[in-house]
Amino acid sequence: MSGLVGWAFVLAMALLPVVAPDPYMLAVLTSAGIFIIGAISLNLLLGYTGQLSLGHAAFFGLGAYASALASLGFDIGIGFGMRLRLEPQPVYVGFLSAILVAGVFGWLLGRLAFRIRGAYFVIITICFAQVLRMLALNWVELTQGPMALVGIPPFSLWWPGQGVVDLTSKAQTYWLVLGVGVLAFLVVRQIVHSRIGRALVALRENETLARSVGIRATHYLVIATVVSAGIAGAAGSLFAHYVRIVDPDVFLFIYTVTMVIMVITGGKGTLWGPVVGGLIFGLLPDMLRGSARPEAQWIAYGAAMILLVMFLPRGIVPAVAAWLPARRPATQALPTPVREGVG
Amino acid sequence: MTAPLLRVEHVMVQIGGLVAVSDLGFEVGQGEVVSLIGPNGAGKTTAFNAITGYIRPRRGTIHFEGRDIIGLSPERIAALGLVRSFQRTSIFGACTVLENALMALHLRGRAGLLEAFIPLPGRRREEARLRDEAMAMLDFVGLSARAAARADSLAYGEQRRLGIALAAAAAPRLLLLDEPAAGLNPSETADCMALIRQLRDRGTTILLVEHDMAMVMRISDRIVVLNQGRIIADGPPAAIRENPEVIRAYLGGAPEGVGHAAA
Amino acid sequence: MDQALQHLVNGTVLGGTYALLGIGLTLIFGVMRVVNFTHGELYTFGAYMTYALVSLLQLDFFLSLLLATLLGVALGAAIEVLLLRPLRGADIDSVMLAMIGAALVLQNAAMWAWGGVAKLVPTPFGGTPLVLGPVSVMPLRLFVLGVACALLLGFWLLLERTRAGIAMRATFQDSETASLMGVRVGWVSTATFAIGSGLAAAAGALLGPVFMVSPTMGDLVGLKAFAIVILGGLGNLPGAVIGGFALGYVEEFGGGFVSTEYRDAFGFLLIILVLAIRPQGLVALKERVG
Repeated sequence: MSGLVGWAFVLAMALLPVVAPDPYMLAVLTSAGIFIIGAISLNLLLGYTGQLSLGHAAFFGLGAYASALASLGFDIGIGFGMRLRLEPQPVYVGFLSAILVAGVFGWLLGRLAFRIRGAYFVIITICFAQVLRMLALNWVELTQGPMALVGIPPFSLWWPGQGVVDLTSKAQTYWLVLGVGVLAFLVVRQIVHSRIGRALVALRENETLARSVGIRATHYLVIATVVSAGIAGAAGSLFAHYVRIVDPDVFLFIYTVTMVIMVITGGKGTLWGPVVGGLIFGLLPDMLRGSARPEAQWIAYGAAMILLVMFLPRGIVPAVAAWLPARRPATQALPTPVREGVG
Repeated sequence: MTAPLLRVEHVMVQIGGLVAVSDLGFEVGQGEVVSLIGPNGAGKTTAFNAITGYIRPRRGTIHFEGRDIIGLSPERIAALGLVRSFQRTSIFGACTVLENALMALHLRGRAGLLEAFIPLPGRRREEARLRDEAMAMLDFVGLSARAAARADSLAYGEQRRLGIALAAAAAPRLLLLDEPAAGLNPSETADCMALIRQLRDRGTTILLVEHDMAMVMRISDRIVVLNQGRIIADGPPAAIRENPEVIRAYLGGAPEGVGHAAA
Repeated sequence: MDQALQHLVNGTVLGGTYALLGIGLTLIFGVMRVVNFTHGELYTFGAYMTYALVSLLQLDFFLSLLLATLLGVALGAAIEVLLLRPLRGADIDSVMLAMIGAALVLQNAAMWAWGGVAKLVPTPFGGTPLVLGPVSVMPLRLFVLGVACALLLGFWLLLERTRAGIAMRATFQDSETASLMGVRVGWVSTATFAIGSGLAAAAGALLGPVFMVSPTMGDLVGLKAFAIVILGGLGNLPGAVIGGFALGYVEEFGGGFVSTEYRDAFGFLLIILVLAIRPQGLVALKERVG
């Protein structure tokens, strides 16, 4: 998709609440948008570094908890009779701390996990999310455990002439999510098109060769993880202030799976892949709701995943790009990964 | 001769409990073309892996420009100016030829996370310079016409040349080439030899592992012969040709393939 | 001291079933290079089949265990033939994604079929614990440990003494050479996946009656199976047994002496620790160089 088409898409999405102010559709698009941001961040790892990271819900959840706790404040014992207190902070502080906390954990996991590859890496990332979920369930003093953190304030923005306003209307929240989404997309695009992005793709394509020409594997993979985690943390923060309740289930594997499906459906290693896949899988469940049981939705997800891997392993965007050979995607400086063909 | 560029002393490498290289010692002087030869399983590729940081030797020292490089990662060693090519995995298959060259020029760039976001003029200049260098490198190996092609769509001989170009791209002081002529036909081998000579003329020191004896004899300043994990001869091509121990090693004095000294 | 002894016994009982879970997973990885994300679902399947046979069909408890295990074998074979066979030659990541898809389907199918309410499986064992000095054990748990050990022993004999076992071990070591030497790798893969799945279903059939049977019971167990296998080194059979008992003890002692709430987290923390210190697993064998 050329830059012009991209901005036209953003403009159309931005005008939607004005043209068609249907609150239900806006709500659906808002929650889809939050997961699309998560998918965009996951794509940096999954698509560009080629590391199958299956603990992405960990960063999403960390962001949600960090943001919620910063804006609600907390007062906990930290041993030796000492207490750690935080007064409730403005929501933007929560948003920033979500990015920071997720980024720091991304750095930790990156340092730890990139010494290993393949199946071990996948399993350690899953375990990471699982440990955090148990922490959230059991550290009741901080997280309220299964009772969840409730009463999380809605987003607020400083607006010229009006001071700080709460973003309570559906349209306002929608615009905020759209804005953060565009930012996340641009961040990933800039990295992918930079010397760092080239190093990441080199590592994905042939790590041994990449290292032999001096590309520091751990260094670049950790950078990618930190950025990816930070963006996922931002998505988690949006989630927390949008649904205004956070429970340990944000760490569930199923959230990671949702983001993974979005990325591979659209096309991993393409900038627009997570957006396209995210729109499909973000809107589909809500269209199916009412007509089917929730289990049916997950069964459909699972079946879709199997069918995609079998019949469209590269995803929709590369398939469409191959269909339109005349219009080579200009926003794609690097080719999409071509995995071993299946069948 | 001044201090050698590379000095390998008493290097011993074990792989899975087997001794692959038992006592390796040789030097490569500035500006030389040195070939490391020996029967299959003699430990040549293992020696390369040890020198470039992919395997850690159990014993011995390896000095590059007087600096001990044992224990450094491959990428650190590359940054010091010691780069290798590979026998098999030698290109970034799904990327274009130009992108391959740009990736190989990684060490010639500086841009980090900050430059990715802030459009400083320096960043554009660096990109333009890297592109020029990449094209020049492709020109040098005769692949500039294929710059936009996917690397894995190149013919075999072209892929081998690209592999050498990638290793040579960042202008290393010492270039290790692992069987650059393997699988090439006679005319491609001649091209490959010309390429190595040109690299030497540009001031690159070259250490070569190669099976094609005609090529080795014609191109090398010096030949180091490895058999069963240890050095059995070291000298100019004419002397190696006459060396009785070398002849014995190649003509079946030692059973081929049983290179592990542990046997 | 008495308390420690009790934890030791409990840990051993737990470790036996963990070993059963781990060995199936590691066998599948070793022979097929497939990370089996459906392992936990097969465990759930085994438990539900036991429940169905005992409670709904009123079959004998012991016969039901056997039948549930065999049904697990059949389901495993079906997954291999329908899903993994078409994907042979695909990269490991694609296969992992397909297996996650299959796990999603199986788990939600269980949810749909059985509902979210946990089920209790009646057993012929009484509710009074056997008391041996300072230690007490429920007879059912002792039975579970016994069967688990018998299955491990039987599995070992299968690998060591039968033609199928030899073919499996050959593929385990080097599938290319094995296929050159006339081993039908396709058939071996089906058999391996079926047996590995059967062991998981057996673990579910055994533990279902001890705890409760619910559609999500396999979630945690599947992850724990990964933990066990990582502890022992992926593809390392004795390592999986050691890893299984290690996890059993760590959970028992950690849960008993440190914190009950974090009981289940100890295993995962252990993995992260192990991977940080020894990425190749606790009991890793030296890599073979071809």
